[in-house]
Amino acid sequence: MTDSIAVKINDLQKTFSNGWGKRSTIIKNLNLDIMENEIFGYLGANGAGKTTTFKLMLGLIYPDKGTILFDGKPASDYKNRTVLGYLPETPYFYSYLTAGEALDFYASLFDMDRSLKKRRVEKMLHLVGLDHAKNLQLRKFSRGMLQRIGIAQAMINDPKLLILDEPMSGLDPMGRKDMRDIILNCRDQGKTIIFSSHIISDVEMICDRASILSKGKLQQVIEMDDRQDTQDSTWEIICRGQVFNLDPIKEQDKIAHHVTGNRHILSTEDKGLANLIMAEIQNQGLDLISFGSRRKSIEDIYIKSVGGGKKKNG
Amino acid sequence: MGKIIAIALNTFRESIRDRIFYSLLFFAVVLILFSMVLSNLTIGDPLKIIKDFGLGSISIVGTLIAIFVGIGMVYKEMEKRTIFVILSKPLARWQFLIGKYCGLSLTILVEVVVMSILLFGLCFLYVPKVPWNLLYAIVPIFFEILLILAVAFLFSTFSTAFLSGMFTLSIFIIGHFTGDLKNLAQSTEDVLFQTLSTVIYYVLPNLEYLNFKTRVVHHLGIGIFEVVFSLIYAIFYTLILLLIGIFIFQQRDIN
Repeated sequence: MTDSIAVKINDLQKTFSNGWGKRSTIIKNLNLDIMENEIFGYLGANGAGKTTTFKLMLGLIYPDKGTILFDGKPASDYKNRTVLGYLPETPYFYSYLTAGEALDFYASLFDMDRSLKKRRVEKMLHLVGLDHAKNLQLRKFSRGMLQRIGIAQAMINDPKLLILDEPMSGLDPMGRKDMRDIILNCRDQGKTIIFSSHIISDVEMICDRASILSKGKLQQVIEMDDRQDTQDSTWEIICRGQVFNLDPIKEQDKIAHHVTGNRHILSTEDKGLANLIMAEIQNQGLDLISFGSRRKSIEDIYIKSVGGGKKKNG
Repeated sequence: MGKIIAIALNTFRESIRDRIFYSLLFFAVVLILFSMVLSNLTIGDPLKIIKDFGLGSISIVGTLIAIFVGIGMVYKEMEKRTIFVILSKPLARWQFLIGKYCGLSLTILVEVVVMSILLFGLCFLYVPKVPWNLLYAIVPIFFEILLILAVAFLFSTFSTAFLSGMFTLSIFIIGHFTGDLKNLAQSTEDVLFQTLSTVIYYVLPNLEYLNFKTRVVHHLGIGIFEVVFSLIYAIFYTLILLLIGIFIFQQRDIN
Protein backbone atom coordinates (compact mmCIF):
# COMPACT_ATOMS: atom_id res chain seq x y z
CA MET A 1 0.00 0.00 0.00
CA THR A 2 1.34 3.46 -0.89
CA ASP A 3 0.39 6.93 0.37
CA SER A 4 -1.23 7.93 -2.92
CA ILE A 5 -4.99 7.84 -3.20
CA ALA A 6 -6.32 5.62 -5.98
CA VAL A 7 -10.01 6.32 -5.41
CA LYS A 8 -11.45 9.26 -3.55
CA ILE A 9 -15.14 9.25 -2.72
CA ASN A 10 -16.36 12.55 -1.43
CA ASP A 11 -19.75 13.19 0.20
CA LEU A 12 -21.54 10.73 -2.07
CA GLN A 13 -25.30 10.43 -1.88
CA LYS A 14 -27.78 8.45 -3.94
CA THR A 15 -31.52 8.12 -3.61
CA PHE A 16 -33.89 5.98 -5.65
CA SER A 17 -37.54 6.45 -6.29
CA ASN A 18 -39.80 3.69 -4.98
CA GLY A 19 -42.64 4.89 -7.16
CA TRP A 20 -45.57 6.93 -5.85
CA GLY A 21 -43.20 9.83 -5.23
CA LYS A 22 -41.40 8.13 -2.33
CA ARG A 23 -37.62 8.08 -2.34
CA SER A 24 -35.20 6.01 -0.32
CA THR A 25 -31.62 6.93 0.33
CA ILE A 26 -29.29 4.08 -0.57
CA ILE A 27 -25.97 5.86 -0.03
CA LYS A 28 -25.68 8.52 2.64
CA ASN A 29 -22.81 11.01 2.67
CA LEU A 30 -20.17 8.45 1.89
CA ASN A 31 -16.56 9.58 2.27
CA LEU A 32 -13.82 7.07 1.54
CA ASP A 33 -10.21 7.06 0.41
CA ILE A 34 -8.81 3.91 -1.13
CA MET A 35 -5.04 3.87 -1.31
CA GLU A 36 -2.95 2.76 -4.23
CA ASN A 37 -1.77 -0.85 -4.20
CA GLU A 38 -4.05 -2.03 -1.40
CA ILE A 39 -6.70 -4.72 -1.23
CA PHE A 40 -9.75 -3.02 0.15
CA GLY A 41 -12.68 -5.08 1.40
CA TYR A 42 -16.15 -3.63 1.18
CA LEU A 43 -18.41 -5.43 3.63
CA GLY A 44 -22.09 -5.10 4.12
CA ALA A 45 -25.32 -7.02 4.26
CA ASN A 46 -27.65 -7.36 1.26
CA GLY A 47 -29.05 -3.96 0.39
CA ALA A 48 -26.35 -2.13 2.34
CA GLY A 49 -25.37 -0.19 -0.78
CA LYS A 50 -22.21 -2.02 -1.92
CA THR A 51 -23.28 -2.63 -5.52
CA THR A 52 -24.81 0.86 -5.69
CA THR A 53 -21.43 2.34 -4.70
CA PHE A 54 -19.75 0.35 -7.48
CA LYS A 55 -22.35 1.41 -10.03
CA LEU A 56 -21.78 5.03 -9.04
CA MET A 57 -18.04 4.53 -9.48
CA LEU A 58 -18.62 3.11 -12.97
CA GLY A 59 -21.00 5.84 -14.07
CA LEU A 60 -23.85 3.35 -14.53
CA ILE A 61 -25.96 5.47 -12.20
CA TYR A 62 -25.62 9.13 -11.32
CA PRO A 63 -25.16 10.46 -7.77
CA ASP A 64 -27.51 13.06 -6.27
CA LYS A 65 -24.43 14.76 -4.91
CA GLY A 66 -20.78 14.08 -4.28
CA THR A 67 -17.81 13.14 -6.41
CA ILE A 68 -15.69 10.09 -7.18
CA LEU A 69 -12.14 10.50 -8.42
CA PHE A 70 -9.81 7.87 -9.90
CA ASP A 71 -6.22 9.07 -9.60
CA GLY A 72 -7.61 12.58 -9.15
CA LYS A 73 -9.70 12.39 -12.33
CA PRO A 74 -13.51 12.31 -12.34
CA ALA A 75 -14.94 8.81 -12.57
CA SER A 76 -17.94 10.21 -14.43
CA ASP A 77 -15.78 10.72 -17.55
CA TYR A 78 -15.86 7.44 -19.48
CA LYS A 79 -12.32 8.05 -20.80
CA ASN A 80 -10.97 7.64 -17.26
CA ARG A 81 -12.24 4.07 -17.19
CA THR A 82 -9.26 2.88 -19.25
CA VAL A 83 -7.47 2.15 -15.95
CA LEU A 84 -10.37 0.17 -14.58
CA GLY A 85 -11.49 -3.44 -14.51
CA TYR A 86 -14.88 -4.46 -13.19
CA LEU A 87 -16.40 -7.80 -12.29
CA PRO A 88 -20.14 -7.53 -11.56
CA GLU A 89 -21.94 -9.68 -9.05
CA THR A 90 -23.11 -12.79 -10.95
CA PRO A 91 -21.58 -11.73 -14.27
CA TYR A 92 -23.73 -11.95 -17.38
CA PHE A 93 -22.20 -12.18 -20.83
CA TYR A 94 -23.37 -12.72 -24.37
CA SER A 95 -24.14 -16.41 -24.16
CA TYR A 96 -23.79 -17.05 -27.92
CA LEU A 97 -20.12 -15.98 -27.86
CA THR A 98 -17.28 -18.37 -27.19
CA ALA A 99 -14.90 -17.54 -24.34
CA GLY A 100 -12.27 -16.41 -26.85
CA GLU A 101 -14.73 -14.26 -28.81
CA ALA A 102 -16.08 -12.64 -25.63
CA LEU A 103 -12.63 -11.64 -24.39
CA ASP A 104 -11.65 -10.44 -27.87
CA PHE A 105 -14.79 -8.30 -27.97
CA TYR A 106 -14.11 -6.71 -24.57
CA ALA A 107 -10.50 -6.09 -25.58
CA SER A 108 -11.77 -4.25 -28.69
CA LEU A 109 -13.30 -1.63 -26.42
CA PHE A 110 -9.81 -0.56 -25.32
CA ASP A 111 -8.40 0.34 -28.74
CA MET A 112 -5.84 -2.49 -28.58
CA ASP A 113 -4.13 -3.52 -31.78
CA ARG A 114 -4.81 -7.01 -33.11
CA SER A 115 -1.62 -8.69 -31.89
CA LEU A 116 -1.87 -7.21 -28.40
CA LYS A 117 -5.52 -8.23 -28.23
CA LYS A 118 -4.63 -11.80 -29.18
CA ARG A 119 -1.84 -11.93 -26.57
CA ARG A 120 -4.06 -10.55 -23.82
CA VAL A 121 -6.89 -12.97 -24.63
CA GLU A 122 -4.52 -15.97 -24.48
CA LYS A 123 -2.90 -14.70 -21.29
CA MET A 124 -6.19 -14.10 -19.51
CA LEU A 125 -7.62 -17.49 -20.52
CA HIS A 126 -4.47 -19.09 -19.14
CA LEU A 127 -4.60 -17.01 -15.96
CA VAL A 128 -8.13 -18.18 -15.12
CA GLY A 129 -7.45 -21.76 -16.24
CA LEU A 130 -9.82 -21.78 -19.18
CA ASP A 131 -7.43 -22.38 -22.11
CA HIS A 132 -9.34 -25.58 -22.87
CA ALA A 133 -12.68 -23.73 -23.13
CA LYS A 134 -11.57 -21.04 -25.57
CA ASN A 135 -13.92 -22.22 -28.32
CA LEU A 136 -16.81 -23.17 -26.08
CA GLN A 137 -19.93 -20.99 -26.10
CA LEU A 138 -20.55 -19.21 -22.81
CA ARG A 139 -24.07 -20.62 -22.55
CA LYS A 140 -22.44 -24.01 -21.91
CA PHE A 141 -20.37 -22.63 -19.02
CA SER A 142 -20.99 -23.45 -15.37
CA ARG A 143 -21.44 -20.65 -12.83
CA GLY A 144 -17.86 -21.01 -11.65
CA MET A 145 -16.51 -20.88 -15.22
CA LEU A 146 -18.52 -17.72 -15.90
CA GLN A 147 -17.03 -16.16 -12.77
CA ARG A 148 -13.57 -16.97 -14.15
CA ILE A 149 -14.41 -15.40 -17.50
CA GLY A 150 -15.67 -12.45 -15.48
CA ILE A 151 -12.30 -11.93 -13.85
CA ALA A 152 -10.55 -12.46 -17.20
CA GLN A 153 -12.57 -9.72 -18.89
CA ALA A 154 -12.03 -7.42 -15.91
CA MET A 155 -8.26 -7.81 -16.34
CA ILE A 156 -8.13 -7.81 -20.14
CA ASN A 157 -6.79 -4.23 -20.19
CA ASP A 158 -4.22 -4.84 -17.42
CA PRO A 159 -6.04 -2.31 -15.19
CA LYS A 160 -4.51 -0.33 -12.34
CA LEU A 161 -7.74 -0.54 -10.40
CA LEU A 162 -9.93 -3.62 -10.05
CA ILE A 163 -13.48 -3.41 -8.73
CA LEU A 164 -14.81 -6.87 -7.90
CA ASP A 165 -18.38 -7.33 -6.75
CA GLU A 166 -18.65 -10.60 -4.80
CA PRO A 167 -15.79 -12.26 -6.73
CA MET A 168 -15.89 -15.47 -4.67
CA SER A 169 -19.57 -16.19 -5.10
CA GLY A 170 -20.37 -19.31 -7.08
CA LEU A 171 -16.86 -20.69 -6.78
CA ASP A 172 -15.91 -24.03 -5.28
CA PRO A 173 -13.17 -24.14 -2.60
CA MET A 174 -10.44 -24.58 -5.22
CA GLY A 175 -11.87 -21.75 -7.30
CA ARG A 176 -11.98 -19.49 -4.24
CA LYS A 177 -8.34 -20.21 -3.52
CA ASP A 178 -7.47 -19.45 -7.16
CA MET A 179 -9.41 -16.19 -6.99
CA ARG A 180 -7.63 -15.21 -3.77
CA ASP A 181 -4.28 -15.97 -5.43
CA ILE A 182 -5.22 -13.86 -8.45
CA ILE A 183 -6.19 -10.94 -6.20
CA LEU A 184 -2.98 -11.23 -4.17
CA ASN A 185 -0.93 -11.45 -7.38
CA CYS A 186 -2.61 -8.32 -8.64
CA ARG A 187 -1.53 -6.47 -5.54
CA ASP A 188 2.02 -7.74 -6.03
CA GLN A 189 1.88 -6.23 -9.51
CA GLY A 190 1.03 -2.85 -7.99
CA LYS A 191 -2.70 -2.86 -8.67
CA THR A 192 -5.40 -1.58 -6.34
CA ILE A 193 -8.27 -3.96 -5.65
CA ILE A 194 -11.64 -3.15 -4.14
CA PHE A 195 -13.90 -6.07 -3.52
CA SER A 196 -17.19 -6.61 -1.83
CA SER A 197 -18.07 -9.80 -0.09
CA HIS A 198 -20.51 -11.43 2.27
CA ILE A 199 -17.85 -13.92 3.21
CA ILE A 200 -15.96 -12.36 6.06
CA SER A 201 -13.17 -14.93 6.15
CA ASP A 202 -12.20 -14.01 2.55
CA VAL A 203 -11.91 -10.37 3.52
CA GLU A 204 -9.97 -11.24 6.65
CA MET A 205 -7.56 -13.43 4.74
CA ILE A 206 -6.42 -11.06 2.01
CA CYS A 207 -7.44 -7.47 2.71
CA ASP A 208 -5.17 -4.67 3.89
CA ARG A 209 -8.15 -2.66 5.01
CA ALA A 210 -11.87 -3.23 5.09
CA SER A 211 -14.88 -1.02 5.51
CA ILE A 212 -18.29 -1.88 6.86
CA LEU A 213 -21.31 -0.40 5.20
CA SER A 214 -24.73 -0.60 6.75
CA LYS A 215 -27.90 0.97 5.36
CA GLY A 216 -25.89 3.16 3.04
CA LYS A 217 -23.69 4.59 5.80
CA LEU A 218 -20.04 3.85 6.34
CA GLN A 219 -19.78 2.41 9.86
CA GLN A 220 -16.09 1.77 10.16
CA VAL A 221 -12.82 1.35 8.27
CA ILE A 222 -10.64 -1.37 9.77
CA GLU A 223 -6.86 -1.59 9.40
CA MET A 224 -6.20 -5.33 9.44
CA ASP A 225 -2.75 -5.07 11.04
CA ASP A 226 -3.99 -2.88 13.89
CA ARG A 227 -6.68 -5.19 15.14
CA GLN A 228 -4.48 -6.82 17.80
CA ASP A 229 -3.71 -3.47 19.37
CA THR A 230 -7.29 -2.43 19.90
CA GLN A 231 -8.62 -2.32 23.45
CA ASP A 232 -11.47 -4.49 22.23
CA SER A 233 -9.33 -7.67 22.35
CA THR A 234 -10.98 -10.67 23.91
CA TRP A 235 -9.13 -12.63 26.62
CA GLU A 236 -9.65 -16.33 26.55
CA ILE A 237 -8.81 -18.73 29.38
CA ILE A 238 -9.14 -22.51 29.25
CA CYS A 239 -8.80 -24.66 32.36
CA ARG A 240 -9.66 -28.17 33.54
CA GLY A 241 -11.52 -29.19 36.71
CA GLN A 242 -14.81 -30.65 37.93
CA VAL A 243 -16.32 -27.40 39.24
CA PHE A 244 -15.29 -23.78 38.74
CA ASN A 245 -17.09 -21.41 41.05
CA LEU A 246 -17.18 -17.84 39.70
CA ASP A 247 -19.11 -16.42 42.68
CA PRO A 248 -16.08 -14.68 44.23
CA ILE A 249 -15.86 -12.48 41.10
CA LYS A 250 -18.25 -9.54 41.28
CA GLU A 251 -18.75 -8.74 37.59
CA GLN A 252 -19.68 -12.25 36.49
CA ASP A 253 -22.02 -10.93 33.80
CA LYS A 254 -18.99 -9.72 31.82
CA ILE A 255 -17.58 -13.23 31.60
CA ALA A 256 -18.71 -15.85 29.09
CA HIS A 257 -18.37 -19.32 30.66
CA HIS A 258 -18.79 -22.50 28.64
CA VAL A 259 -18.29 -26.01 30.06
CA THR A 260 -17.52 -29.06 27.95
CA GLY A 261 -17.00 -32.16 30.10
CA ASN A 262 -14.48 -30.97 32.68
CA ARG A 263 -13.08 -28.23 30.43
CA HIS A 264 -14.00 -24.62 31.23
CA ILE A 265 -13.69 -22.00 28.49
CA LEU A 266 -13.93 -18.45 29.77
CA SER A 267 -13.72 -15.25 27.82
CA THR A 268 -13.94 -11.59 28.68
CA GLU A 269 -13.07 -8.27 27.13
CA ASP A 270 -11.82 -6.91 30.48
CA LYS A 271 -8.15 -7.54 31.19
CA GLY A 272 -8.66 -6.98 34.95
CA LEU A 273 -11.37 -9.63 35.03
CA ALA A 274 -9.08 -11.99 33.15
CA ASN A 275 -6.50 -11.55 35.94
CA LEU A 276 -9.15 -12.24 38.60
CA ILE A 277 -10.16 -15.45 36.77
CA MET A 278 -6.52 -16.53 36.76
CA ALA A 279 -6.31 -15.93 40.51
CA GLU A 280 -9.47 -17.98 41.12
CA ILE A 281 -8.12 -20.84 39.02
CA GLN A 282 -5.11 -20.91 41.34
CA ASN A 283 -7.27 -20.56 44.49
CA GLN A 284 -9.61 -23.37 43.49
CA GLY A 285 -6.75 -25.61 42.35
CA LEU A 286 -7.87 -26.02 38.75
CA ASP A 287 -5.52 -27.03 36.00
CA LEU A 288 -4.72 -24.12 33.58
CA ILE A 289 -4.59 -25.21 29.95
CA SER A 290 -4.23 -21.91 28.10
CA PHE A 291 -4.46 -18.17 28.57
CA GLY A 292 -4.23 -15.47 25.90
CA SER A 293 -5.78 -12.61 24.01
CA ARG A 294 -7.70 -13.53 20.88
CA ARG A 295 -7.33 -11.19 17.93
CA LYS A 296 -10.72 -9.63 17.35
CA SER A 297 -12.16 -11.06 14.17
CA ILE A 298 -13.70 -8.96 11.44
CA GLU A 299 -16.86 -10.87 12.15
CA ASP A 300 -16.92 -9.57 15.72
CA ILE A 301 -16.35 -6.03 14.49
CA TYR A 302 -18.88 -6.44 11.70
CA ILE A 303 -21.62 -7.77 13.95
CA LYS A 304 -20.95 -5.09 16.54
CA SER A 305 -20.92 -2.39 13.88
CA VAL A 306 -23.99 -3.49 11.95
CA GLY A 307 -25.83 -4.46 15.13
CA GLY A 308 -25.04 -1.02 16.58
CA GLY A 309 -26.35 0.57 13.42
CA LYS A 310 -29.58 -1.41 13.76
CA LYS A 311 -30.11 -0.25 17.31
CA LYS A 312 -29.56 3.35 16.34
CA ASN A 313 -31.90 3.14 13.38
CA GLY A 314 -34.47 1.07 15.12
CA MET B 1 -14.84 4.59 -34.32
CA GLY B 2 -13.19 1.23 -33.56
CA LYS B 3 -15.38 0.80 -30.49
CA ILE B 4 -18.57 1.51 -32.44
CA ILE B 5 -17.51 -1.05 -35.05
CA ALA B 6 -16.78 -3.60 -32.28
CA ILE B 7 -20.25 -3.11 -30.78
CA ALA B 8 -21.86 -3.20 -34.25
CA LEU B 9 -20.13 -6.44 -35.25
CA ASN B 10 -20.98 -8.04 -31.94
CA THR B 11 -24.62 -7.03 -32.28
CA PHE B 12 -24.67 -8.38 -35.84
CA ARG B 13 -23.19 -11.66 -34.62
CA GLU B 14 -25.79 -11.82 -31.84
CA SER B 15 -28.64 -11.28 -34.32
CA ILE B 16 -27.55 -13.81 -36.88
CA ARG B 17 -27.06 -16.43 -34.19
CA ASP B 18 -30.59 -15.80 -32.96
CA ARG B 19 -33.22 -18.31 -34.05
CA ILE B 20 -35.84 -15.65 -34.58
CA PHE B 21 -33.81 -14.14 -37.42
CA TYR B 22 -33.84 -17.45 -39.30
CA SER B 23 -37.50 -18.06 -38.52
CA LEU B 24 -38.48 -14.72 -40.02
CA LEU B 25 -36.15 -15.17 -42.98
CA PHE B 26 -37.65 -18.59 -43.62
CA PHE B 27 -41.11 -17.05 -43.39
CA ALA B 28 -40.08 -14.43 -45.97
CA VAL B 29 -38.70 -17.05 -48.36
CA VAL B 30 -41.95 -19.05 -48.06
CA LEU B 31 -43.97 -15.89 -48.74
CA ILE B 32 -41.97 -15.05 -51.86
CA LEU B 33 -42.21 -18.62 -53.15
CA PHE B 34 -45.93 -18.56 -52.40
CA SER B 35 -46.22 -15.60 -54.79
CA MET B 36 -45.24 -18.05 -57.57
CA VAL B 37 -48.18 -20.28 -56.70
CA LEU B 38 -50.47 -17.29 -56.37
CA SER B 39 -49.44 -15.93 -59.78
CA ASN B 40 -50.57 -19.20 -61.41
CA LEU B 41 -53.93 -19.13 -59.64
CA THR B 42 -54.94 -15.56 -60.38
CA ILE B 43 -55.83 -13.75 -63.56
CA GLY B 44 -53.35 -11.13 -64.70
CA ASP B 45 -49.67 -10.72 -65.35
CA PRO B 46 -47.94 -13.35 -63.14
CA LEU B 47 -44.73 -11.29 -63.02
CA LYS B 48 -46.59 -8.31 -61.59
CA ILE B 49 -48.12 -10.51 -58.90
CA ILE B 50 -44.73 -11.94 -58.01
CA LYS B 51 -43.18 -8.45 -57.83
CA ASP B 52 -46.07 -7.05 -55.80
CA PHE B 53 -46.12 -9.95 -53.36
CA GLY B 54 -42.33 -10.12 -53.16
CA LEU B 55 -41.87 -6.42 -52.40
CA GLY B 56 -44.66 -6.59 -49.83
CA SER B 57 -42.95 -9.55 -48.18
CA ILE B 58 -39.61 -7.75 -47.99
CA SER B 59 -41.32 -4.77 -46.39
CA ILE B 60 -43.43 -6.69 -43.87
CA VAL B 61 -40.80 -9.22 -42.81
CA GLY B 62 -38.11 -6.53 -42.67
CA THR B 63 -40.33 -4.40 -40.45
CA LEU B 64 -41.10 -7.36 -38.19
CA ILE B 65 -37.38 -8.10 -37.82
CA ALA B 66 -36.72 -4.40 -37.09
CA ILE B 67 -39.39 -4.41 -34.38
CA PHE B 68 -38.31 -7.73 -32.86
CA VAL B 69 -34.63 -6.86 -32.69
CA GLY B 70 -35.07 -3.12 -32.13
CA ILE B 71 -37.25 -3.32 -29.04
CA GLY B 72 -34.70 -5.50 -27.28
CA MET B 73 -31.77 -3.34 -28.26
CA VAL B 74 -31.41 -1.65 -24.87
CA TYR B 75 -34.05 -3.39 -22.81
CA LYS B 76 -32.62 -6.88 -23.37
CA GLU B 77 -29.12 -5.68 -22.50
CA MET B 78 -30.46 -4.30 -19.23
CA GLU B 79 -32.62 -7.30 -18.46
CA LYS B 80 -29.77 -9.74 -19.11
CA ARG B 81 -27.39 -7.34 -17.34
CA THR B 82 -24.81 -7.63 -20.11
CA ILE B 83 -24.77 -3.84 -20.25
CA PHE B 84 -22.98 -3.55 -16.88
CA VAL B 85 -19.75 -5.02 -18.17
CA ILE B 86 -19.91 -3.13 -21.49
CA LEU B 87 -20.46 0.29 -19.94
CA SER B 88 -17.75 -0.30 -17.35
CA LYS B 89 -15.29 -0.10 -20.24
CA PRO B 90 -14.11 3.25 -21.63
CA LEU B 91 -17.13 3.54 -23.89
CA ALA B 92 -19.55 6.45 -24.08
CA ARG B 93 -23.22 5.60 -23.92
CA TRP B 94 -23.83 7.15 -27.34
CA GLN B 95 -21.09 4.95 -28.83
CA PHE B 96 -22.83 1.91 -27.39
CA LEU B 97 -26.20 2.93 -28.83
CA ILE B 98 -24.88 3.87 -32.27
CA GLY B 99 -22.92 0.61 -32.38
CA LYS B 100 -26.03 -1.39 -31.51
CA TYR B 101 -28.07 0.47 -34.13
CA CYS B 102 -25.45 -0.06 -36.84
CA GLY B 103 -25.21 -3.76 -36.01
CA LEU B 104 -28.95 -4.25 -36.29
CA SER B 105 -29.02 -2.19 -39.51
CA LEU B 106 -26.42 -4.57 -40.91
CA THR B 107 -28.62 -7.52 -39.93
CA ILE B 108 -31.58 -5.97 -41.74
CA LEU B 109 -29.41 -5.22 -44.77
CA VAL B 110 -28.48 -8.92 -44.98
CA GLU B 111 -32.14 -9.89 -44.71
CA VAL B 112 -33.20 -7.41 -47.41
CA VAL B 113 -30.35 -8.50 -49.71
CA VAL B 114 -31.18 -12.22 -49.33
CA MET B 115 -34.86 -11.62 -50.03
CA SER B 116 -34.14 -9.30 -52.93
CA ILE B 117 -31.83 -11.85 -54.58
CA LEU B 118 -34.59 -14.42 -54.27
CA LEU B 119 -37.14 -12.03 -55.78
CA PHE B 120 -34.78 -11.08 -58.63
CA GLY B 121 -34.22 -14.79 -59.31
CA LEU B 122 -37.95 -15.52 -59.46
CA CYS B 123 -38.58 -12.60 -61.81
CA PHE B 124 -35.67 -13.78 -63.96
CA LEU B 125 -37.36 -17.18 -64.31
CA TYR B 126 -40.37 -15.51 -65.92
CA VAL B 127 -38.55 -12.89 -67.99
CA PRO B 128 -34.82 -13.54 -68.50
CA LYS B 129 -33.84 -9.96 -67.77
CA VAL B 130 -32.58 -8.50 -64.47
CA PRO B 131 -35.43 -6.32 -63.11
CA TRP B 132 -33.22 -3.47 -61.89
CA ASN B 133 -36.21 -1.16 -61.58
CA LEU B 134 -37.21 -3.12 -58.43
CA LEU B 135 -34.41 -1.26 -56.67
CA TYR B 136 -36.53 1.91 -56.86
CA ALA B 137 -38.87 0.19 -54.41
CA ILE B 138 -36.38 -1.95 -52.44
CA VAL B 139 -33.98 0.85 -51.45
CA PRO B 140 -36.79 3.03 -49.98
CA ILE B 141 -38.18 -0.08 -48.23
CA PHE B 142 -34.76 -0.60 -46.61
CA PHE B 143 -34.68 3.02 -45.43
CA GLU B 144 -38.24 2.71 -44.11
CA ILE B 145 -37.19 -0.35 -42.10
CA LEU B 146 -34.20 1.60 -40.73
CA LEU B 147 -36.60 4.35 -39.66
CA ILE B 148 -38.86 1.81 -37.94
CA LEU B 149 -35.77 0.36 -36.27
CA ALA B 150 -34.97 3.85 -34.95
CA VAL B 151 -38.53 4.13 -33.58
CA ALA B 152 -38.13 0.77 -31.80
CA PHE B 153 -34.71 1.91 -30.58
CA LEU B 154 -36.15 5.13 -29.14
CA PHE B 155 -38.86 3.30 -27.19
CA SER B 156 -36.40 0.67 -26.06
CA THR B 157 -34.31 3.32 -24.24
CA PHE B 158 -37.05 3.91 -21.68
CA SER B 159 -39.76 1.27 -22.03
CA THR B 160 -40.27 -2.48 -21.74
CA ALA B 161 -39.95 -4.72 -24.78
CA PHE B 162 -43.69 -5.39 -24.97
CA LEU B 163 -44.73 -1.73 -24.82
CA SER B 164 -41.95 -0.73 -27.23
CA GLY B 165 -43.23 -3.35 -29.68
CA MET B 166 -46.79 -2.10 -29.41
CA PHE B 167 -45.78 1.55 -29.82
CA THR B 168 -43.54 0.82 -32.78
CA LEU B 169 -46.16 -1.27 -34.55
CA SER B 170 -48.69 1.52 -34.01
CA ILE B 171 -46.34 4.08 -35.51
CA PHE B 172 -45.68 1.80 -38.48
CA ILE B 173 -49.42 1.45 -39.12
CA ILE B 174 -50.29 5.12 -38.49
CA GLY B 175 -47.24 6.18 -40.53
CA HIS B 176 -48.81 4.63 -43.60
CA PHE B 177 -52.12 6.38 -43.08
CA THR B 178 -51.21 9.88 -41.81
CA GLY B 179 -52.01 11.43 -45.22
CA ASP B 180 -55.38 9.65 -45.45
CA LEU B 181 -56.13 10.54 -41.85
CA LYS B 182 -55.47 14.23 -42.51
CA ASN B 183 -57.64 14.22 -45.63
CA LEU B 184 -60.42 12.45 -43.75
CA ALA B 185 -60.22 14.99 -40.91
CA GLN B 186 -60.41 17.91 -43.37
CA SER B 187 -63.63 16.49 -44.79
CA THR B 188 -65.28 16.56 -41.34
CA GLU B 189 -66.14 19.60 -39.23
CA ASP B 190 -64.69 18.18 -36.03
CA VAL B 191 -62.03 20.72 -34.99
CA LEU B 192 -60.48 18.42 -32.40
CA PHE B 193 -60.11 15.59 -34.94
CA GLN B 194 -58.68 18.03 -37.47
CA THR B 195 -56.11 19.38 -34.96
CA LEU B 196 -55.18 15.89 -33.82
CA SER B 197 -54.73 14.57 -37.34
CA THR B 198 -52.64 17.64 -38.28
CA VAL B 199 -50.37 17.10 -35.26
CA ILE B 200 -50.00 13.40 -36.11
CA TYR B 201 -49.34 14.27 -39.75
CA TYR B 202 -46.49 16.62 -38.91
CA VAL B 203 -44.98 14.78 -35.93
CA LEU B 204 -45.07 11.18 -37.11
CA PRO B 205 -43.20 10.11 -40.23
CA ASN B 206 -45.26 9.73 -43.38
CA LEU B 207 -44.13 6.28 -44.47
CA GLU B 208 -46.08 6.51 -47.71
CA TYR B 209 -43.30 8.81 -48.97
CA LEU B 210 -41.15 5.67 -49.00
CA ASN B 211 -43.69 3.45 -50.71
CA PHE B 212 -42.90 3.07 -54.41
CA LYS B 213 -44.07 -0.52 -54.69
CA THR B 214 -47.23 -0.04 -56.77
CA ARG B 215 -45.53 2.39 -59.14
CA VAL B 216 -42.60 0.05 -59.68
CA VAL B 217 -44.81 -2.99 -60.26
CA HIS B 218 -47.01 -1.15 -62.75
CA HIS B 219 -44.12 0.65 -64.45
CA LEU B 220 -45.45 4.09 -63.59
CA GLY B 221 -42.80 6.75 -63.93
CA ILE B 222 -40.57 7.42 -60.90
CA GLY B 223 -38.08 10.29 -60.90
CA ILE B 224 -34.71 9.67 -59.29
CA PHE B 225 -35.01 12.95 -57.39
CA GLU B 226 -38.29 11.77 -55.94
CA VAL B 227 -36.57 8.68 -54.55
CA VAL B 228 -33.58 10.67 -53.31
CA PHE B 229 -35.90 13.13 -51.56
CA SER B 230 -37.75 10.29 -49.84
CA LEU B 231 -34.44 8.80 -48.69
CA ILE B 232 -33.30 12.15 -47.26
CA TYR B 233 -36.66 12.40 -45.50
CA ALA B 234 -36.13 8.95 -43.94
CA ILE B 235 -32.53 9.74 -42.94
CA PHE B 236 -33.63 13.01 -41.32
CA TYR B 237 -36.34 11.29 -39.25
CA THR B 238 -34.02 8.44 -38.32
CA LEU B 239 -31.32 10.84 -37.09
CA ILE B 240 -33.82 12.83 -35.01
CA LEU B 241 -35.13 9.61 -33.40
CA LEU B 242 -31.59 8.40 -32.67
CA LEU B 243 -30.66 11.74 -31.10
CA ILE B 244 -33.75 11.71 -28.85
CA GLY B 245 -32.99 8.09 -27.89
CA ILE B 246 -29.38 8.96 -27.04
CA PHE B 247 -30.51 11.97 -24.99
CA ILE B 248 -32.95 9.84 -22.95
CA PHE B 249 -30.44 7.01 -22.46
CA GLN B 250 -27.73 9.45 -21.40
CA GLN B 251 -29.88 10.76 -18.54
CA ARG B 252 -31.11 7.49 -17.10
CA ASP B 253 -29.68 5.25 -14.40
CA ILE B 254 -28.65 1.78 -15.55
CA ASN B 255 -29.98 -0.39 -12.76
